[in-house]
Amino acid sequence: MVAVSSWGRLNRLEHDVIAIADRRLASQQICQSHPGIAHGMGRSYGDVCLNPGGILWKSTGLDRLIQFDEQTGRLVCEAGVLLRDIQRLMVPRGWMLAVTPGTQLVTVGGAIANDVHGKNHHVHGSFGNHLLQLTLLRTDGEIIECGPLHHANWFAATVGGLGLTGFILTAEIQLRRVAGPWLESETIPYANLEEFFTLADDSETGFEHTVSWIDCLSGGRGLFMRANHSSHQQLFTNKPSKWRIPLVPPVSLINKYNLAPFNSTYYHLKKSHTGRSIVHYEPFMYPLDNVQDWNRLYGPGGFYQYQSVVPREAGMDATRAMLQEISRSGEGSFLAVLKTFGEIVSAGMLSFPRPGVTLALDFPNNGENTLRLFERLDKIVGEAGGRIYAAKDARMPRSLFVSGYPRLAEFMPLRDPGISSAMSRRLIGS
Amino acid sequence: MSTKKQRIVIIGATSLIAEHCARLWVMQASSDMILVGRDSARMEQIATDLKVRSPGSQIKCMQADFIAADKITELVASIKNEGAVDIVLIAHGSLPDQQKCQQDLLLCQDTLLINGLSPVLFAEAFATSMQKANRGTLAIIGSVAGDRGRKSNYIYGSAKGLVSRYVQGMQHRFANTRVKIVLIKPGPTDTPMTSHLKQQGAKLASAEEVALHIVNGISKGALTIYAPPIWKLIMMIVRHIPAFLFNRLNI
Repeated sequence: MVAVSSWGRLNRLEHDVIAIADRRLASQQICQSHPGIAHGMGRSYGDVCLNPGGILWKSTGLDRLIQFDEQTGRLVCEAGVLLRDIQRLMVPRGWMLAVTPGTQLVTVGGAIANDVHGKNHHVHGSFGNHLLQLTLLRTDGEIIECGPLHHANWFAATVGGLGLTGFILTAEIQLRRVAGPWLESETIPYANLEEFFTLADDSETGFEHTVSWIDCLSGGRGLFMRANHSSHQQLFTNKPSKWRIPLVPPVSLINKYNLAPFNSTYYHLKKSHTGRSIVHYEPFMYPLDNVQDWNRLYGPGGFYQYQSVVPREAGMDATRAMLQEISRSGEGSFLAVLKTFGEIVSAGMLSFPRPGVTLALDFPNNGENTLRLFERLDKIVGEAGGRIYAAKDARMPRSLFVSGYPRLAEFMPLRDPGISSAMSRRLIGS
Repeated sequence: MSTKKQRIVIIGATSLIAEHCARLWVMQASSDMILVGRDSARMEQIATDLKVRSPGSQIKCMQADFIAADKITELVASIKNEGAVDIVLIAHGSLPDQQKCQQDLLLCQDTLLINGLSPVLFAEAFATSMQKANRGTLAIIGSVAGDRGRKSNYIYGSAKGLVSRYVQGMQHRFANTRVKIVLIKPGPTDTPMTSHLKQQGAKLASAEEVALHIVNGISKGALTIYAPPIWKLIMMIVRHIPAFLFNRLNI
């Protein structure tokens, strides 16, 4: 048994870890060792990738590329391949993943199972929108090849399916063309939520990437970042600065005493340096990937991330109400992101992205205080007709999961009875 | 000369460290690579992966016997006949449970053969042609376990120790030539071979990281590569602990 944590480090419990490293042997290994759950890089924050006391099928050894067509940009690979490896290999060849989340240190399988999204949701949708096919291994040994047009129900259940429909062996992904690694980006400060929504709406047609950092304590000021891919030729080289948090500090280094001055300093510092610049895609899209083990900053108790999406009509009021609750509680952290989602329909039955506005915040784990704040936020999200992102979640109540994901009933018959995770037991009872 | 592809031979190509070395090499520059291993289906997967990573590379798979001297001679001759080799990486090995080795003499024998005798036979088979060509690098993966015998893995360790002493002699033999003989000593690495160590809670380096040290070390012309380099310091200390103290340690 090995102690395993997810990214939030809320607990560290024993698991029986079985390395899946050869796709020919996977069927035999998985048939003989269920119930379990697939586990890639463990970058989801809560319990979607955990199965304490039980089995984890560790997929990072399944990291072989199988086929790539330079003309069409179709890539076939095993599910344990890291998005980083695809990016670094393909960008010099003029191709790139259309959708990546805020870290590229995740596996293809994890990106599918959580149907991840990025800063360009309004243009490219989520990860599942670019899948042409995937191979699913059921724990009874059956292998199902499915895609948006064949065995579409298996496909729709597996994209965003939290790993519960089977073990993903391989995927075929449609990459998108890029001229190079550079982006032309622009940072614009905003003073309140009205300004944010105006900026977001104005930027949707002209910019592929939009995202904003929001000061969660000040009621709505922040920095809006938007960018487009650029055909700039190599102006300089990207030399990522490598940092590492070497140990877990005894208390969270991000807390209510330093958050307000920190946010304020950051806002004013950035406000005086706004404007356009050319940036490499790595620091723009994955700013925290250069700080190894940054999740240790929150101390031994770990942290939660709370990410919700609410429909656009309710977006302004719900976001304001959530920020007020957070500000009043004194909880929260520097890492807070506000972004609008576009109209593209997600491919999965349980996919998180839907049209509206999404707010994501980290919270150091202060026990009951934090959990009680979440209950108040849940109420706002629930009443606004929104949902919580399962990939980030460790605590949402079952009722909110059920109300947030109306296609759950359609999904349930497609679950694999040989798969179970801490999250599935918490949210759907087995 | 500069446009000619490097010719690289990897013995034990399905080992995880070897696979990561191969990826790094083909991504640095298109190569003419020969993978030698036992499991040909596994090798095909690896070769396909390398071709996707580096469409300009040629990847050839050869199935081999790892123990029989005549088969090794034959295999190496067929590789040499097709041209001079720039890099040979001898990477295979197996790490069984020490207790089982003590109880099962057959397992003990297999462990000594595959980790000790076999790499030496492969290296020796390549050495003469490299001498004639007066170029090339012959790199063998040994282990920190070969630096000092200890009760928890001395069967494996003694086979790796044999490799160390062999490389020492080879380095002497090739001292005034342009042929380089390299000994690689990885510390405990996260591979299928060590999954039982991980279950016991050992902290392991990633195969990717170890491979990066190997590939960089070889291109810089290092003769001994500890991977990661911290093991150089650790093993220097371990080698110098007096026996009366060392033998009381439970390691």
